[in-house]
Amino acid sequence: MPELANLSNAQHSAETVNGRAVFEARGITKTYGMGEVEVHALRGVDLELYEGELVVLLGPSGSGKSTLLNILGGLDAPTTGDVHYLDHDLTQYDDDALTRYRREHVGFVFQFYNLIPSLTARENVALVTDIAEHPMRPEEALELVGLGERLDHFPAQLSGGEQQRVAIARAIAKRPDVLLCDEPTGALDAKTGILVLEAIERVNQELGTTTAVITHNAVIAQMADRVISLSDGRIAHTDINAVKAAARDLAW
Amino acid sequence: MKAMKALNRKLLRDLYHLRGQALAVGLVIACGIATFVMSFSTMESLRHTQASYYATYRFAHVFAQLKRAPEGLAPRLAAIPGVGQLQTRVVADVTVDVAGFAEPVTGRLISLPEPNTANLNDLYLRHGRLVEPGRDDEAVVSEAFAVAHDLRPGDTVRVVINGRQQRLRLVGVVLSPEYVMQIRAGDFLPDTKRFGVFWMDREALASAFNMEGAFNDVSLTLTRSASEAEVIDRLDQWLRPYGGVGAFGRGDQMSNRYVTDEIRQLRAMGLIVPGIFLAVAVFLFNVVLSRQVSTQREQIAALKAFGYSKREIAWHYLKLVLVIAVFGVVCGASVGAWMGRDLTEMYTTFYRFPKFTFQLDPGVVLSAFLLTCAAAVVGGLGAVRRASRLPPAEAMRPEPPAVYHRTVVERLGLGGLLSPAMRMILRNLERRPGKAATSILGIALAASVLVLGSFVVDAMNYLIAFQFEKSQRYDMTVAFVEPASAQAEYELRRLPGVMQCEPFRTLPTRIRSGNRSRRVAIMGLPRDGELQRLLDAQERRTPIPPQGLLLSEKLAELLDVGLGDTVTVEVLEGRQPVHEAVVTGLAADFAGTNAYMDLDALHRLMQEGDTLSGAFLTVDANRSKDLYATLKNTPRVASVSLKRATLQSFRETIAENLLRMTTFNVAFASVIAFGVVYNSARISLSERSRELATLRVIGFTRAEISAILLGELAVLTLAAIPGGLLIGYGFAAFTTLGLDTEMYRIPLVVDRATFGFAAVVVLAAALFSALMVRRRLDHLDLIAVLKTKE
Repeated sequence: MPELANLSNAQHSAETVNGRAVFEARGITKTYGMGEVEVHALRGVDLELYEGELVVLLGPSGSGKSTLLNILGGLDAPTTGDVHYLDHDLTQYDDDALTRYRREHVGFVFQFYNLIPSLTARENVALVTDIAEHPMRPEEALELVGLGERLDHFPAQLSGGEQQRVAIARAIAKRPDVLLCDEPTGALDAKTGILVLEAIERVNQELGTTTAVITHNAVIAQMADRVISLSDGRIAHTDINAVKAAARDLAW
Repeated sequence: MKAMKALNRKLLRDLYHLRGQALAVGLVIACGIATFVMSFSTMESLRHTQASYYATYRFAHVFAQLKRAPEGLAPRLAAIPGVGQLQTRVVADVTVDVAGFAEPVTGRLISLPEPNTANLNDLYLRHGRLVEPGRDDEAVVSEAFAVAHDLRPGDTVRVVINGRQQRLRLVGVVLSPEYVMQIRAGDFLPDTKRFGVFWMDREALASAFNMEGAFNDVSLTLTRSASEAEVIDRLDQWLRPYGGVGAFGRGDQMSNRYVTDEIRQLRAMGLIVPGIFLAVAVFLFNVVLSRQVSTQREQIAALKAFGYSKREIAWHYLKLVLVIAVFGVVCGASVGAWMGRDLTEMYTTFYRFPKFTFQLDPGVVLSAFLLTCAAAVVGGLGAVRRASRLPPAEAMRPEPPAVYHRTVVERLGLGGLLSPAMRMILRNLERRPGKAATSILGIALAASVLVLGSFVVDAMNYLIAFQFEKSQRYDMTVAFVEPASAQAEYELRRLPGVMQCEPFRTLPTRIRSGNRSRRVAIMGLPRDGELQRLLDAQERRTPIPPQGLLLSEKLAELLDVGLGDTVTVEVLEGRQPVHEAVVTGLAADFAGTNAYMDLDALHRLMQEGDTLSGAFLTVDANRSKDLYATLKNTPRVASVSLKRATLQSFRETIAENLLRMTTFNVAFASVIAFGVVYNSARISLSERSRELATLRVIGFTRAEISAILLGELAVLTLAAIPGGLLIGYGFAAFTTLGLDTEMYRIPLVVDRATFGFAAVVVLAAALFSALMVRRRLDHLDLIAVLKTKE
């Protein structure tokens, strides 16, 4: 079992390890109404993500990690605070600019896959390659996640793990600069979950894509370069894994 | 565009998934567009055919009849400012005997102009040849009459000219722009079997009717800048000393008015019916697309996360409705073209043009296309906007749980009366009253279109009973060539088979009020007459007032007068006196524009004795043959019309035309009923499937969950029907206004059976939809429904 090194100056050290910061968030808060209740999802978060690293955002449900990911991905805007992606100031972007940002730079993987049920695996990936600048071929992306044999299956004909791998293929087919995964194994059993994590790991290593994975499963944190723990809308602490575990060695 | 391929594939698969609903909406559009294309294409074809026929064959602009004027007057008439070309004729009505046809026939004999000149109202020779100049035993015959009696060149008919029987050899079959619709003056319906038009050599006709060097009929064209009213005034001044009975323009020319009214009705039909259908389609688009967008909430969020723009998402969903719209237009335009061809075919049997073919008007199809796309966009706009505005991060989060309340019934403390299923149904309906209301409105529209589609039959039956049974109680009308003395009435009574005889006197007039005027033959009727009754709208007998004029309601409306108002009556006969008359009564009728007076009052007005223009007769059916034979040989009799024949003609022309439309409309309305109800049912199924699957997992039976879903459908359907019937009555009222012309009106009558029929069809559609949905409910995949996140 690899050791977790708890560093007080994690951000600075990571920068020296991993190079330049891709994301920089300062003082972001998020409040939204949910039915008749007001929810404070984020209560002041500062963070950086560095080029090529694999970060796990760890926290229990309601800790604000999904909200944070949505804001980084340009799906949502913070109530207050600044978010920079390289030289893009995301908080200044209107809807059109955010759409362009997502289209050009971001790959998303969701907990419930969000595949289009009326499209086959290949077509779901094509959905993204159709609008990307220099995409890989859909078949290539599916092979990368080990689904080269199931190109023409509809989501309903695939298992949950396969569906999630289609979702990963769809996310990476456009060669995004960042891959954002929201509880990618949340709906899967351990064995299939690991297959999915292996796919994410491979994308991170082979394509060098900056990757952020949200999870409430502490085991998954072992495969990260850095682990950012959230609790009640704040960052509780950040840890660097001196030794990363391989996804296939994980067990829960 | 290659870049949107995967999204377009999603579109096609979505459409396939929605095929039932898409088909239902597409058919509703197709119905509306079919009527639109049929009406407007036929209208355009009719209009062009009419215009080019009138232009090529020089249909006159103004017409006048008189007693007799010397030919020397013609150049003076032609010199009236504004007159282009003028032509005089000799015209006479006679009785005609066609071999093998017992009933008397009215023949109109018209003099042929000099050949080889650019004649007004020129003839088109269909078969045979024209009459050789100087032959007094030859004639050409109108095609409508030739077809009705299967007459061919070489056949003969016998006519009574000035009391002398004469054989006429028919040498040709012709068409005239004056008789596109061949109708006898004073009739309101064509009767091609009992009225025929014949053209003869002018010399022959003139000598037979003592018209040598004279004429009794004028027609003329106007120059471009001429005022019709002024020319008519001047012409009337010239002709008055010669027994002119008032000139009139094309607007009062029977055949032209018929065709023009038909064009107007086609336009009304082409606007009203498709308008209603497209309104329903807008509603259905809204329902289908709203549901689609809310089902695909998470898909939309994902697409946005990948960087699809608002515009691309909006366009994607808009395309869904546009594809359905285009499908509807293509089907509708094809069916409309077929129906238009069919309608035109029918028209050719009673509108006689040299050539009348249906032309599918590309402009009409284009308008249909644009209208439908507009309907699709209007219907889809709300949902499309919601889809494009959906904030992706919010769509990722589960929807907040719906807020339910106790229903009114429960709050009133009656909750105990409700079963749990009923409680769920009512709470569901109450939670989203807007949605329930739109479903109710949709089903109500279905019911209303059914009422609209079928009420015409009721109206026709009412009209026939009103006009031909309650109002007209005679068997035949006999009209004399000229007003006759009381002796003529006495002679009529003595004819074989005559049981009752009541005289009438018709007086050609122009009735004026302010700057409005109408040419009307005032009919004088005996005050205690039984054979021709005047009724009000409630079918109560309206007595003829001893003084003043009784107008049909339509005429009063056209003249903008009411009871107690004074109108000017210009008599167009004899010395042509002008009188003031007070409107002392109004009567309901559905054909033409009529005015009535007490017979004695009319005699006093004209300072004449017991003169009559004709009489209403009831006859002994067993002796009708003898009666016909006698009447045929009575020179004084100009025409005999049989009520039975008129009724038959009515059924064959107007009624058939309207009933044909009705058949289409009822078929279409059934499509709407099914489309709307099926859509509502499918949508509640997809909205409820999770909830219902959960109930099944808990242990509810199939029957129990069906009861919840189908119970809701039943509540909606039952709530919708009464309102739908009411809206249908409104649509019917709207339609009667649209079809209201001077020639005839359609009464607003909807039988209870029609309301019942509409309700039954809607219920049947609901039941059928329920069965289809029930089948799906029985195959509800419990695991699949529950394992995915809603």
